[in-house]
Amino acid sequence: MSVAPDQVYLLARRSVVRTLRQPANVIGPLIFPLFLLAVNSAGLRAETHLPGFPSHSILAFILAVPFIQGALFATMNTGTDLARDIQTGFLSRLSLTPMRGTALLLGQLGGTITLGWIQALVYIAVGTIAGVRFASGVPGVLVLLVFYTLVVLAFGALGLFAALRTGSGEAVQGLFPAFFVFLFISSMAIPRNLMTHTWFRDAATANPVSYLIEGVRSLIVIGWDGEALALGFGIAAVVAAIAIALSAWSLQQRLAGS
Amino acid sequence: MRRLAVARGVAWRMLHNFYSNKSLLIPSLVFPLFFFTAFAGGLAGISRAPGFDFPDGYTAFQFAFVLLQSAAFAGVFTGFGIARDFESGFARRLLLAAADRTGIVLGYAGAAVVRWLTTASLLTVIALAVRMKVGGNGVDLFGLYVLAILVNFAATLWAAGVAMRLRTMQAGPIMQLPVFLVLFFAPVYVPLALLQGWIHEVALANPMTRIIEAERGFISGERTLTAASFAIALGLIVLFSLWAFRGLRKAEAAG
Repeated sequence: MSVAPDQVYLLARRSVVRTLRQPANVIGPLIFPLFLLAVNSAGLRAETHLPGFPSHSILAFILAVPFIQGALFATMNTGTDLARDIQTGFLSRLSLTPMRGTALLLGQLGGTITLGWIQALVYIAVGTIAGVRFASGVPGVLVLLVFYTLVVLAFGALGLFAALRTGSGEAVQGLFPAFFVFLFISSMAIPRNLMTHTWFRDAATANPVSYLIEGVRSLIVIGWDGEALALGFGIAAVVAAIAIALSAWSLQQRLAGS
Repeated sequence: MRRLAVARGVAWRMLHNFYSNKSLLIPSLVFPLFFFTAFAGGLAGISRAPGFDFPDGYTAFQFAFVLLQSAAFAGVFTGFGIARDFESGFARRLLLAAADRTGIVLGYAGAAVVRWLTTASLLTVIALAVRMKVGGNGVDLFGLYVLAILVNFAATLWAAGVAMRLRTMQAGPIMQLPVFLVLFFAPVYVPLALLQGWIHEVALANPMTRIIEAERGFISGERTLTAASFAIALGLIVLFSLWAFRGLRKAEAAG
């Protein structure tokens, strides 16, 4: 085994253990999206009577939202954990070792992806118990898990970038509202074609988060929608690539300055 | 007289911190606007659902809710400030210096009202700028804002009680979550009559539902549940006053 995979493994194990040892980091990202799922699916049920609404089940329609909201939490957790490593000097001590930068980044994302899988399985289980049937069947659930892993990776890498740029857990937490704006100004609660205000529809259309939600939603509500999946996977992959590149660059800058 | 002087001093300090600290001021102003935009802009299509009969449009329907939400959260955020004062040690010095400690709670509550009025003014201006329909007359609108102030006062007293008992910023979720639950287990997106299933039963039992319906009645000019909503708001103030002042006694006892 070469050095880099060893380093990734060790740092990933540390990241997973650290994530799972902080109940607040696990319970919050699980419970809060489920609470909003309950409130929104109950409160927005009248939407299903609108002509052109894609599903008879509001729960099936809204079930896509916890996945993306959960990924937003992943951003915060990953960023906050790395910021803590910076603040406590762990990163500086690590920089004295032969560790590779990519190993640090990938290792830090290990805990985030593990939590993401737990979230995904819980959301799928809750939806199934509540009566949601995936239109794309079991293969769709597997595709959803792959897609969600990519989304969590993308958002987690954004969290790493924020932590490396600011070096402050408080600053990373301060980004949470900004991410929430992206979530709310999207097709989260209503399909874009049913939005009556043109300006809001335009904003939701320009918002990449809409396509991530619609990618998940297509697997639950529609079945196999090539366009929705291609847009979802494409946007998640582009965000992940850009975020990882920016994180790698920021890490170099930070290590060079330390 | 001494009580008033203490209240004025505490309120002035809180407001000075609020207006001079961007990280406190901007979220307080931006978040209600953001919720207003997301709800009124994004969900307006739901007003075409059969049985949705609010006369002044979805923007006014959501304005009443967001106004109330901002009032409640201005109170909760003031509670965060109280907890921060305990963490920094300032509140302990304040307890020693204040000639009348009741004035401390009143000062925090007064600051919360002024803080919310800033947010409410901006929210109202934006709502009117996007041509929100207002069916209510001057008396109705007076009722709209007074009822929201009472909710703000009750939320401040609730959060103050928690902050003075726990005296740490980590108490934030305990202050915030019940308020969030009470607000969102009410008819947020559609009128009560359109809610179905468990949420309808929960909303029916939720006292905040009456207050939200009364607020919507004020803005549309079709007053509903006015006496009941004011009675509930005043009842909450009495209840949370006891909670807050007992919290103050516990903080005093803790030294």
